[in-house]
Amino acid sequence: MKFKDAEHLLRMAFLFVAGLIVFVLLRNALVPRSFGQYGHYRGDALGEIKARPVAYAGHGTCETCHSDVLEVKDKGKHTHVACESCHGPLAKHADDPTAVQPEKLDTRVLCVRCHEANSAKPKSFPQVVSADHSAGLACNECHKPHTPVIEAEAKATGGKKK
Amino acid sequence: MPTFEGFMYPNEIELQWSVLIVLYPFLTGLVAGAFILASLERVFRVEAVKPTYRLALLTALAFLLVAPLPLQLHLGHPERSLEMYLTPHRSSAMAMFGFVYLWYLMAVLVLEIWLDYRRDIVMLAQSSTGWRRLLYRVLTLGSYNISEAALDLDNRVGWIITVIGIPSAFLLHGYVGFIFGSIKANPWWSTPLMPVVFLFSAMVSGIAAVMLIYMVVSRIRRTPIDMRCVDAVAKYLFYTFIIDFTLEMLDLIHRIYESDESFRSLDFMVHTRLFLSQVILQILLGTVTPILLLAVTQVFKLSEAVRKRIYSLAGSLTLIGILAMRWNVVIGGQLFSKSFLGYTTYKMGLWAREGLATAIVLMLLPIFILWVLVKILPPWPEKEKGLLSHAASAGD
Ligand code: HEC
Ligand code: HEC
Ligand code: HEC
Ligand code: HEC
Repeated sequence: MKFKDAEHLLRMAFLFVAGLIVFVLLRNALVPRSFGQYGHYRGDALGEIKARPVAYAGHGTCETCHSDVLEVKDKGKHTHVACESCHGPLAKHADDPTAVQPEKLDTRVLCVRCHEANSAKPKSFPQVVSADHSAGLACNECHKPHTPVIEAEAKATGGKKK
Repeated sequence: MPTFEGFMYPNEIELQWSVLIVLYPFLTGLVAGAFILASLERVFRVEAVKPTYRLALLTALAFLLVAPLPLQLHLGHPERSLEMYLTPHRSSAMAMFGFVYLWYLMAVLVLEIWLDYRRDIVMLAQSSTGWRRLLYRVLTLGSYNISEAALDLDNRVGWIITVIGIPSAFLLHGYVGFIFGSIKANPWWSTPLMPVVFLFSAMVSGIAAVMLIYMVVSRIRRTPIDMRCVDAVAKYLFYTFIIDFTLEMLDLIHRIYESDESFRSLDFMVHTRLFLSQVILQILLGTVTPILLLAVTQVFKLSEAVRKRIYSLAGSLTLIGILAMRWNVVIGGQLFSKSFLGYTTYKMGLWAREGLATAIVLMLLPIFILWVLVKILPPWPEKEKGLLSHAASAGD
């Protein structure tokens, strides 16, 4: 076999090698430096996420100023539901309460997020079919958001049975 | 919101894998099948199927080029798919797809086609004009050596590539089956038989497709169909089909006999929501009928015209059957709840990104690509080539 007869094969091989080199170079240029530092992700991402402004203040922070609400809430069934799971992220408000006012909540949207009936939820969790249960009324027309269980006297006066 | 009955978990109500994910195994199956048919000729030197050799290679290439498109259209961020090359994740079969695909495309198909066509490319580079000349010149890589010795070398290297190519084709499609077979949370998919079943159904569909394409192309070119070739291809189709059918039945019988906790649910599904696509389309129309039709051609001596008709009918039914099989695997596997207490429905959009129209375009695209490939690299056998290159240079 003469070299001449294999020349085209070598050219093709050269193309493949060139492709491979381009790939390796591209990979070097494109893969972020810190990739794989800790695992299959960019190590720097941790720092970047840490540097992001805090959005949620946390239950303990609300407590320092709104202990009255907390006292009320702790008596009701929502005692284990954190303030910000209903009021949304309020770190900015906690830093400067007068400048940043929390938005008013629409209970028609808020409460069904957790309480709309769904067969996948555990049976023990309180659920309602909102269309039947409230017929478009806002939930806080009858329920107090912080102490949601309606007491017997309220039941007698206004609340219809579910 | 799709309708469902019984108990579904919220994340099961809507199907995540659409009709495009049905197309994907169908397309790669055609690729693997067509390639394996071509390899038969090359490695086992089956002279009879030679007229389909190059056509099968080009068919494989045309379908392979389109195969990743349904996946891309399914992704919310298609551009991110390239990251599987940059930061490969070895513990995920899906993330390795890029390498399986690239290996098969570049190291097997493109190389094999190039080696096989090199003589034609060099000749066309000398005889054609205009942009075609430029294209062929690029394809020669600047080497015009088509001496006996050089071609002989090509032939030997090509043989090696084919030998590597067969396991690669198995890998490509076995891999697709593996993706489904390894999803242990889904009893409809999770079986080690899946890759094998996928492989054989791939061969069945690929062989049927090449047979049909060969007959249609001959018709368009007004050249007589080489019956010896079609007979041989049909015989292969028959045998592979029997193996494929046996495997699928084995899977079925195994499930029925095992009757594990998922069985009642799956059985119910097959008798209701999947009845049309599984029992009627896939098994009766798409498997049993073509096998019987092909059996008839093997047992009785039939005239050429009748055989041609039977082959066309059997081939078309086969393709429908295999497409239905992909549908039943992909869509069927998402219709029931993991609780085995509920069933949902799949609503295919028409103009949606993953809808019917897209699926049809993706099915036609490979045919169009094949047409272009055939124009650039005519696959006709030696004796007609002189005629053809003559016609091509006169025509353009
Ligand atoms: C530094 C003390 C402070 C902290 C911490 C604080 N708040 Fe406030 N919050 C206030 C004050 C003061 C007001 C009344 C502002 C006004 O009316 O100008 C207020 C108002 C509100 C209101 C609106 C009441 C209305 O009448 O509309 C809501 C809701 C509220 N806070 C929720 C929260 C939640 C939830 C948190 C915890 C993330 C929180 N606050 C943390 C001081 C605080
Ligand atoms: C179940 C959801 C929910 C939780 C949990 C919740 N709130 Fe509320 N809160 C509401 C709704 C609804 C309103 C009335 C709508 C409005 O005025 O925005 C409200 C009103 C308030 C108000 C306005 C005055 C008042 O007392 O009615 C304050 C202040 C407040 N919440 C603070 C808190 C704090 C502090 C916590 C945590 C200890 C908390 N909330 C937890 C839903 C909730
Ligand atoms: C973040 C989820 C969440 C939201 C939003 C929420 N709740 Fe609740 N709710 C709970 C949880 C958790 C319980 C306690 C369930 C338990 O005790 O098992 C509860 C309990 C209740 C109960 C007591 C049911 C019973 O009889 O035990 C009522 C009534 C209720 N919520 C009404 C409301 C109303 C009205 C709203 C809107 C203002 C609301 N909830 C918003 C999570 C939520
Ligand atoms: C017309 C008054 C009224 C309205 C409006 C209303 N409820 Fe009620 N709801 C009641 C009464 C009365 C009860 C029964 C007393 C109780 O368990 O607190 C009740 C009970 C519930 C319960 C407890 C069900 C259980 O199985 O224990 C939930 C959860 C609830 N309501 C959620 C809502 C939500 C969410 C809305 C808004 C979409 C809403 N309610 C609107 C009157 C009302």
